[in-house]
Amino acid sequence: MTQTSTLLSVRDLSVHFRLRRGPKDSRNVRAVDGVTFEIAKGQTLGIAGESGSGKSTVARSLVQITRPTGGTIYLDGSDVTSLKGRRLKEFRRRMQMVFQDPYDSLDPRMSVRDAIGEALSVSGLPGPRHDETVEELLRRVNLPASLARRYPGQLSGGQRQRVSIARALAVNPKIIICDEAVAALDVSIRAQVLNLLKDIQHDTGVAYLFISHDLSTLRFMADQVAIMYVGRVVEYGTSDEVFSRPLHPYTKALIAAVPSVTTRGRTRLKLSGEPPDPGNPPSGCPFHPRCPEAVDQCRLTRPELGTTDEGQSVACHVVLSRHGRDATRQVSP
Amino acid sequence: MINLPENELDFGIAGSEPTMLGQPNFWRRALKSLMHDGVALASVAFIVLLVIVAVFAPWISPYNPVQQFANGLSPVGAPVGPGSHFLLGTDSAARDVLSRLIYGARVSLLVGVVATSLASAIGVVVGAIAGYAGGIVESVLMRLTDMVLSFPILLFCVALIAVTGPSTRNVVLVIAFAYWTYLARVVRGQVLSLKEREFVTAARTLGVGHIKIIRKHILPHLMPTIIVYATLGIATSILLEASLSFLGIGVPLPQASWGEMISEGQQYFQSAPWLLIAPGVALILTVLAFNLAGDWLTDLLDPATREGR
Repeated sequence: MTQTSTLLSVRDLSVHFRLRRGPKDSRNVRAVDGVTFEIAKGQTLGIAGESGSGKSTVARSLVQITRPTGGTIYLDGSDVTSLKGRRLKEFRRRMQMVFQDPYDSLDPRMSVRDAIGEALSVSGLPGPRHDETVEELLRRVNLPASLARRYPGQLSGGQRQRVSIARALAVNPKIIICDEAVAALDVSIRAQVLNLLKDIQHDTGVAYLFISHDLSTLRFMADQVAIMYVGRVVEYGTSDEVFSRPLHPYTKALIAAVPSVTTRGRTRLKLSGEPPDPGNPPSGCPFHPRCPEAVDQCRLTRPELGTTDEGQSVACHVVLSRHGRDATRQVSP
Repeated sequence: MINLPENELDFGIAGSEPTMLGQPNFWRRALKSLMHDGVALASVAFIVLLVIVAVFAPWISPYNPVQQFANGLSPVGAPVGPGSHFLLGTDSAARDVLSRLIYGARVSLLVGVVATSLASAIGVVVGAIAGYAGGIVESVLMRLTDMVLSFPILLFCVALIAVTGPSTRNVVLVIAFAYWTYLARVVRGQVLSLKEREFVTAARTLGVGHIKIIRKHILPHLMPTIIVYATLGIATSILLEASLSFLGIGVPLPQASWGEMISEGQQYFQSAPWLLIAPGVALILTVLAFNLAGDWLTDLLDPATREGR
């Protein structure tokens, strides 16, 4: 991995919710618990995990839609964890988000021009120059300028998602968070949008935090990958490391679950059961009830993220005792 | 690995999704649906007619509504029935019923529209703020709404007017004060779901201010609800104004109002039924027209019930 300057650094991010079910039954749900990662300028970090693993909560707390309850977020070296008012607005211009559902993330009563224009107003561009810039942005996402007068209802899913991307680009962000941004699109259109995102990254040097449950999408997009399970990162490393040499049993199972044409007849590692309720996680390693390699220690103590000889970080007793240099909490940048 | 032609633009542009309020095709669609719905067409036509009559009352009305005519009473002093001179007859004070009916339409529409606009404005503001802000603001505003809602409306209005004194302005204010709660509740409910929509979250991550989000992303979506409620509200307000005037605490005399006319007419119902029938029919038709037009608007503006029409 080349040494590049860090753009976004997240330390020990936690988002806990208080869940009340009655006067006596109030529980702490740890949707995100002690997540740490870094993204370098112009790079892409992919986050994968099952639904309920806290991927989207990470995204939402980064853009401060959901306030983090613990940890710190540094953007360009400055602490942006709990900004307010004017400084929060200024920060939002540097971090943008593209949402999952292209049918809901654009206001159906706002034309494409107005939707992108709104972003331009936020960035302080004077009104008269909007039309020209909207056209430019539409061209940037490979849409014809004539689309500016249309409403979201008149656009296809792929076109809408391109408009969302154009809207995010309108404020010149340093990093764009894509929360399942292509999950709702057809496979062929998904490929086009992914290629577009790569082109944009190549041209503008924007960084992405790419959240997806689809590992093949991540493999295509991400430079680094973090695998999440019930609010924690269980494996973290470069895309090559994680995909070609998964270490955590959960990662192995996820990768084995990806349908593939070339590995027919391979014995599949199957996961049984459901991911646990984050409001009531199992003792020790949260993965142990579903883990084929679990040992006694897994039921008792929770493994911390530790670096292995191979270079990636894994939170697993078994793997760390086999490959681990040290089991102290340490993250490879 | 992934290399596909940019052919996506060829499909998907079709644009067959139903147009919405404010979008270019809306008025054409409204007209088309009106042409297919006889009841709605009749209601809207009646409302248009009523508005024309009210606006041009001084030119349309045959006589001055408060003028007492020498030939307005029969030799024994009873009201004159409908005839060629007085089309709908005269009342016990020898005034022309048709003229009073026409001027009464002015009062009904004025009170109905102004009171409803006022009530809608209060209701939307309270509901939108409560729904959007949540927390303690919401609790306070909604408990206040519940409080006003729990009063028996007519009794509440009678009490308020007893304090403020009867005048057209007070009638409008009292009706507005009694009716804003309904819209406030509905608007709050809608805002609660709207603010969780992704486009609102998207606007927030963009750094758009709260006021601007409410104005540009939430209010436009409330317009169908507001319009439908306002239309139905006009009918209710007209009815409430008539009730207050019937009780003698509405629009002050000698100004003509349908409620006051009905109140007077019932005293002479045996001998001069036209005194009751004329304003009664006018009131029923008006309220019916606004209600039916409201139903039509609901179907027109609400995409969920639009199918199958």
